[in-house]
Amino acid sequence: MAVKLPQERIAAQMAAVGYVPDRDLSTALWLMDSLSRPLLLEGEAGVGKTEVARALALANDTKLIRLQCYEGLDQSSALYEWNYQRQLLAIKAREGLNADEVEEAIFSEKYLLERPLLAAIRQAKAPVLLIDEVDRADEEFEAFLLELLSDFQVSIPEFGTIAATSIPRVVLTSNGTRELSDALRRRCLYHYVDFPDVDREARIILSRLPDIDAALALQIASMVGLIRKEDLRKTPGVAETLDWAATLAGLDIRHLHDEPEAVHQTLMCLIKTAEDKVRMTRQVTERLLGKVA
Amino acid sequence: MSALRKTEPELGELMRAKLSGFVATLRDNGFIIGSAEYRDALTVLSGDGASRPSRLRPALRSLFCSRHSDWTMFDEIFDAFWLKRGMKSATRMSGAPQKAPDGVQAAANGARGQGNQDAADHVQRGEGAEAVETGETRREGASRAEFMGKTDFRHLTHPDDLAEAHRLAERLAVSMRARMTRRMRARLRGQRLDLRRTIHKSIANGGTPMQLVFRKRREKPLRLVVLLDGSGSMSLYSAVFLRFMHGVLDAFREAEAFLFHTRLVHIAPALRERDPQRAVERMALMGQGTGGGTRIGDSLATFNRWHAKRCIHSRTCVMIVSDGYDTGPSERLGDEMRALRRRCRRIAWLNPMIGWQDYAPEAAGMKAALPFIDLFAPAHNLESLKALEPYLARI
Repeated sequence: MAVKLPQERIAAQMAAVGYVPDRDLSTALWLMDSLSRPLLLEGEAGVGKTEVARALALANDTKLIRLQCYEGLDQSSALYEWNYQRQLLAIKAREGLNADEVEEAIFSEKYLLERPLLAAIRQAKAPVLLIDEVDRADEEFEAFLLELLSDFQVSIPEFGTIAATSIPRVVLTSNGTRELSDALRRRCLYHYVDFPDVDREARIILSRLPDIDAALALQIASMVGLIRKEDLRKTPGVAETLDWAATLAGLDIRHLHDEPEAVHQTLMCLIKTAEDKVRMTRQVTERLLGKVA
Repeated sequence: MSALRKTEPELGELMRAKLSGFVATLRDNGFIIGSAEYRDALTVLSGDGASRPSRLRPALRSLFCSRHSDWTMFDEIFDAFWLKRGMKSATRMSGAPQKAPDGVQAAANGARGQGNQDAADHVQRGEGAEAVETGETRREGASRAEFMGKTDFRHLTHPDDLAEAHRLAERLAVSMRARMTRRMRARLRGQRLDLRRTIHKSIANGGTPMQLVFRKRREKPLRLVVLLDGSGSMSLYSAVFLRFMHGVLDAFREAEAFLFHTRLVHIAPALRERDPQRAVERMALMGQGTGGGTRIGDSLATFNRWHAKRCIHSRTCVMIVSDGYDTGPSERLGDEMRALRRRCRRIAWLNPMIGWQDYAPEAAGMKAALPFIDLFAPAHNLESLKALEPYLARI
């Protein structure tokens, strides 16, 4: 093969650090770099959305800065905050001095607490900024985020404007608990992360658990694929698959068909609700095992 | 950031025209694409990373899509536009509704037939549970609003009357809104000291906390999700309902609305339209079905699978407005209702036919759904809508 396409190069980089992207995702990651747009990832819980950002940071050998969103998240915990306790101490210590001097002292860099968003734009090397579960934050915060993502500068009234020293790669994830604004959606590249197919999941298992037998990895992947097709309340994610694979490898199981009992016993790695547990009876496990090559 | 961004798009006129055509098609299908995205697409097209259709597809997809429904629709539209495949299905959003199959039409006619018969009954008896005043008599009522309140929507045929009913529905909704919001505000309570803010405030006093700041408890706002049947058998009611919905949905800071027919359509974007008439027109347009029949079970399944997680939290009331004539299997509807029941706080089912005399929920779908419904109420005239208010306020 002569020249590698940019998206193929990215796919190789990501695979080297243990994330196996499909073609769509590597294209999206390439566009994210070339158009410097944020990437919005949606998909069911457990498909590895957060993992994309982690792998991206590893692949680019840079820092991952994570902002976990929640209801009521405000600027002071996302962007910056003054260190009030230290400011108070400083005021007490300087009592009697010129007020202007005191003010200048307490509103300086020393008393500024960096929060993830401010930290992300003040790095020497462009980091990966992961804004996790952005749908949990309030709409007001989303609007503020939009502004930050287009200007990449922060103005602090008492201090001045801080411009970005590097533009971070921004990855947003959403679990769909709230509809995001059209403006934010339009601004971002979009990728819907689906559960990996059997082949890709087997490769993921192999890349995470290099000691595992390739045939077993394939069996595990196809078994999980079948379980996902069952009508379960909580579909097992990739992390669960890895847990299960590690458990089976730990039990020294070489072949799923050899130990149907152990397979059924260890299914609790995958099944997370009582209702699903009732549904996944021994018979169901055996039926599914029968379909696994 | 990279070289790609700097190179000015150098593309032939033909390609530009083609791309803008594609963007227009996507926009027609509800994609949100701004000029910045269009420019970026040109950049991508002129680069070598997307020199073939197979590489172009994923690039354009991640650029132009912004939600899961876009994501699933994109391939079809892409194929139709660039590869001239399956044109028909890709343009379905703007297509006109087709004729319903005989079965449903019959059901709808049956319903209407029954309605007419009903009407005749009332005219003869002069008064009843729902006094129907037609022709000249309607001008003689003591109050026009009162007359409107009691008349079944399907007996309003004169355009002026319909317009009046629409206006009243909206006004009713707005007045309900005011009261419900007041109640929500009065319920806020519980205070804890916000230490950080208190200290912040105390800086002005040299560190003495003079002014205490309390944490405000964040109440999850009440959320209303409306699923409205837009099928033929409901067509006489759905217009008034759309109008009512437009008014009442504003009351809830968080509200969602869907219209179903043969499939489920998300109509909340149209609700943001301020002008009620235009909003209703937009919603009606979005809700036009593709085939015949009402697939309530399937529509609910789509809702449960793709929208429920986003739309429903612990303080959500789901309101289904339908006559319960499902052309799909009734077990399906029952199963989906059960799934929905587990997720939300209340399910209210408004059925215009309850207002008719001698109505019993006999439709198989309606029967299957009944065990999971908290409130089964009539909604055939303005008074019955008004009666909903205390219920909505209590959720």
